[in-house]
Amino acid sequence: MANVSVSKKACSVNPLKMSQPIGGALAFMGLRGAMPLLHGSQGCTSFGLVLFTRHFKEAIPMQTTAMSEVATVLGGYDNVEQAVLNIYNRTKPEIIGICSTGVTETKGDDVDGYIKLIREKNAAVAHLPIVYVSTPDFKDAFQDGWEKTVTRIVETMVEAPKSAARRDPTKINVLPGCHLTPGDLDELRTIIEDFGLEPTFLPDLAGSLDGHIPDDFTPTTIGGVGVEEISMMGQAGWTIAIGAQMRQAAEAMQKKTGVPFRLFERLCGLEANDALMSFLTDISGRPAPMKYRRQRGQLVDAMLDGHFHIGGRKLAVGAEPDLLNEIGGLLTEMGAQLLVAVTTTQSPVLERLPTEEVLIGDLEDLENLAKAKDCDLMVTHSHGRQAASRLKIPFFRMGIPMFDRLGGGHQLMVGYRGGRDLIFDISNLLMADHEDNHEPTPDSWRDGVGPSHAATSH
Amino acid sequence: MSSLSATIQDVFNEPGCGKNANKSEAERKKGCTKQLQPGGAAGGCAFDGAKIALQPLTDVAHLVHGPIACEGNSWDNRGAKSSGSNLWRTGFTTDINETDVVFGGEKRLFKSIREIIEKYDPPAIFVYQTCVPAMIGDDIDAVCKAAREKFNKPVIPINSPGFVGPKNLGNKLAGEALLQHVIGTEEPEYTTPYDLNIIGEYNLSGELWQVKPLLDELGIRIMACISGDGKYKEVASSHRAKAAMMVCSKAMINVARKMEERYGIPFFEGSFYGIEDSSDSLREIARMLIERGAPAELMDRTEALIAREEAKAWAAIAKYKPRFEGKKVLLITGGVKSWSVVAALQEAGLELVGTSVKKSTKEDKERIKELMGQDAHMIEDMTPREMYKMLKDARADIMLSGGRSQFIALKASMPWLDINQERHHAYMGYVGMVKLVEEIDKALYNPVWAQVRKPAPWETAGENWQSRAMAQAEAEAAALAADPVKAEEARRAKKICNCKSVELGVIEDAILANNLSTVEGVREKTNASGGCGACAVRIEEILAQMVSASHAIAAE
Repeated sequence: MANVSVSKKACSVNPLKMSQPIGGALAFMGLRGAMPLLHGSQGCTSFGLVLFTRHFKEAIPMQTTAMSEVATVLGGYDNVEQAVLNIYNRTKPEIIGICSTGVTETKGDDVDGYIKLIREKNAAVAHLPIVYVSTPDFKDAFQDGWEKTVTRIVETMVEAPKSAARRDPTKINVLPGCHLTPGDLDELRTIIEDFGLEPTFLPDLAGSLDGHIPDDFTPTTIGGVGVEEISMMGQAGWTIAIGAQMRQAAEAMQKKTGVPFRLFERLCGLEANDALMSFLTDISGRPAPMKYRRQRGQLVDAMLDGHFHIGGRKLAVGAEPDLLNEIGGLLTEMGAQLLVAVTTTQSPVLERLPTEEVLIGDLEDLENLAKAKDCDLMVTHSHGRQAASRLKIPFFRMGIPMFDRLGGGHQLMVGYRGGRDLIFDISNLLMADHEDNHEPTPDSWRDGVGPSHAATSH
Repeated sequence: MSSLSATIQDVFNEPGCGKNANKSEAERKKGCTKQLQPGGAAGGCAFDGAKIALQPLTDVAHLVHGPIACEGNSWDNRGAKSSGSNLWRTGFTTDINETDVVFGGEKRLFKSIREIIEKYDPPAIFVYQTCVPAMIGDDIDAVCKAAREKFNKPVIPINSPGFVGPKNLGNKLAGEALLQHVIGTEEPEYTTPYDLNIIGEYNLSGELWQVKPLLDELGIRIMACISGDGKYKEVASSHRAKAAMMVCSKAMINVARKMEERYGIPFFEGSFYGIEDSSDSLREIARMLIERGAPAELMDRTEALIAREEAKAWAAIAKYKPRFEGKKVLLITGGVKSWSVVAALQEAGLELVGTSVKKSTKEDKERIKELMGQDAHMIEDMTPREMYKMLKDARADIMLSGGRSQFIALKASMPWLDINQERHHAYMGYVGMVKLVEEIDKALYNPVWAQVRKPAPWETAGENWQSRAMAQAEAEAAALAADPVKAEEARRAKKICNCKSVELGVIEDAILANNLSTVEGVREKTNASGGCGACAVRIEEILAQMVSASHAIAAE
């Protein structure tokens, strides 16, 4: 359906995109006792650290191999070794997750080889789980870094079951995309548990970055899924993957352990959650609990109430592919037109978006297209706030980073309840905008000066 | 890269910099070979530092040449304010891809410059070099030169790829770029005897505007602020100013000193944090301008203004003094500015129980001692657990720090106030001081603390994590107190030099074994202070202590 094109500009203006390595680092943060380590110069880590701190409003564990100019040219073995040993001695992590960066990829450091050598030379870390992912900054985007890292964790840490008989049909693996918030993961956990199933999330940001008060001053992550639990994921009955980005990881899981998977490209909106409910009913053999029957009714009601406000809206969304699919899909189903869709990286889901054109571009593209197409609602992360205010159109924040509002980590999108809340939030925003900016005056219909965007466009 | 390494050498030769003055010539030559500790380092890189220093130039297009990480992960994260153009808030990056890495990114960079000029037509473009294009050999100087000639517009290369060193070095490299390509390249429309440069002030949260009205009232013109709320033309013609104030951050000392050398603009280092510091700075500005030809009556007007503003500020603060009776503050900052904040807090009647001096120079420390007395609790570096314990033991009622350590206080359910660059309030000048006091009062007396400290209904006393953490800390302290051997081990294990990872014990042993008396000697034997040199002050202190101890023994 949608035609995907790539921005022809040499200069990216107001980036929508963030880099791969920090997407990978975030995935490692969903593991318990983990220390994400970026193999690069100090700034590579520091920028990610500040970004996540501002988004989650939490202390963030992240380390660097602190590559200097000389070390970069000579190769980073010593730095990786020192970093691993320093982290091991100081913070006693349960796992170290290493992501490469632009500098070390340009040089071509063989980090897998380094790790082997480090283990041979240092008995202390011989058995410490260390996972390495290649994530150059000059390729792909944040979501790809997450995708590659989760896949790599599955490939290296999940153990193949010794026999098929050891599978436990009540155990469910959940592989969530990076577009889901800790709040979304909590909601999914509740839903799955309500069907009598026992989910294991990989990664599990809900346990580590949901804003709870920590038990101690651990410099590593707290909460999250443990190394042991990951190794047992091969014994689950099913894998649920959420977002097109998780197909690769789900396939890796199936290939290694034989656990079948079901991919949900979307979990926001009525149809998407009906599909989830049917699937959970099938695999658990239990009917959907009453609670969800009521919640479904509430969502339907919210859609009926909200469509007056959302229907006909001309929507501009800037988001990573899976998030774009979720929010663009929901609002389209409510009668909005997804006129402008800007994203960060290639994905099979882009062609299926309910729009004509998808552009891999930046926030300048989003702003210019939104202006050209007279859009009247913008959805993107906090960096879009300048564009929306220049265009004087209502602005709804979604995605990372959300540094200028609180509660980004708890924003709910999945489940019937998530869809309901999202519809209310967006509808209320539109109503407030109407009251503030578009109430009719005695002059409203004089000389074609209208009270709303719809009227001014003619 | 040869010109870059020459520039770095030059920066490290800076005679105005205390740290470098302490080093031997050979050490200074090593300059940027400082090795950060892998797996134990935090903080930004040289590119970060350069961008921080220059980005508050508001009408300039700041173009980052590199992969998406350098700009995509970091743009729009500083709270400097602009009174005019907002172009500086627009993120520009070449976002280079794999093909550029293989074939070079110079063409893309040139095209990017053209696109920016076509679309935004800024008075100048600053091009920031980052690690990857530096590695593949993109010559941004050449591209900038070509673009400058083609488009007849200043295109300034900022050569500070992240891997050449830490943030502070980047600040200085940014200053060098200004000296080399910007300052002195244009002429002001007119000059007055009251023209002042302010250097190393970033107008975070619009702080400069708390002081600017006072300067306006005195008729003093801020010819250029480098770089807060700065405009390109102002900086380019700043060489015609009569005097300069270097705001206490040492980031741009090279700019202040070289402008003195090249254009004869005298400078002083001053601060607008705290009432007395603000007054001192205003007096010094007036004095220097008079020296350079302004009429002497400027001083009378300045004194009158100071008297009026001080009286107003004291009156506003006076009502808080009873509320701050017995309240204690723990101050954790990067350290460079801590003495000026110490002065400010004492003016409000708060008791300082500790201040960090991690990045402070010897002079900074002397000033803190002057202000807080000889027993000043200066904290070299404090572990989160120690900060937490201080707060929990009520040795401090509130912590003032940067965003990095906020979670220690907040998760300990203790008041915290941001005094670092991400803060939302401005604390400069007389009005800023009153604002800081107001904010501390708000934080201290917020009823939320009583709420969040309530135990959950299912918790029994002493069972929550706060009490467990305290018990653990106390058990550790008790274990050390009971075991002198262990305590000595812990004392000796304290890291003195972070760059070269040298512990106190190693340094003490080396001093005793070789009868050392100088920092150079210690460096030779232990490698300590062979990196950034920041710990030279601490080594001097250790030397002084050991010498006085040995004298005491000799006297017995």
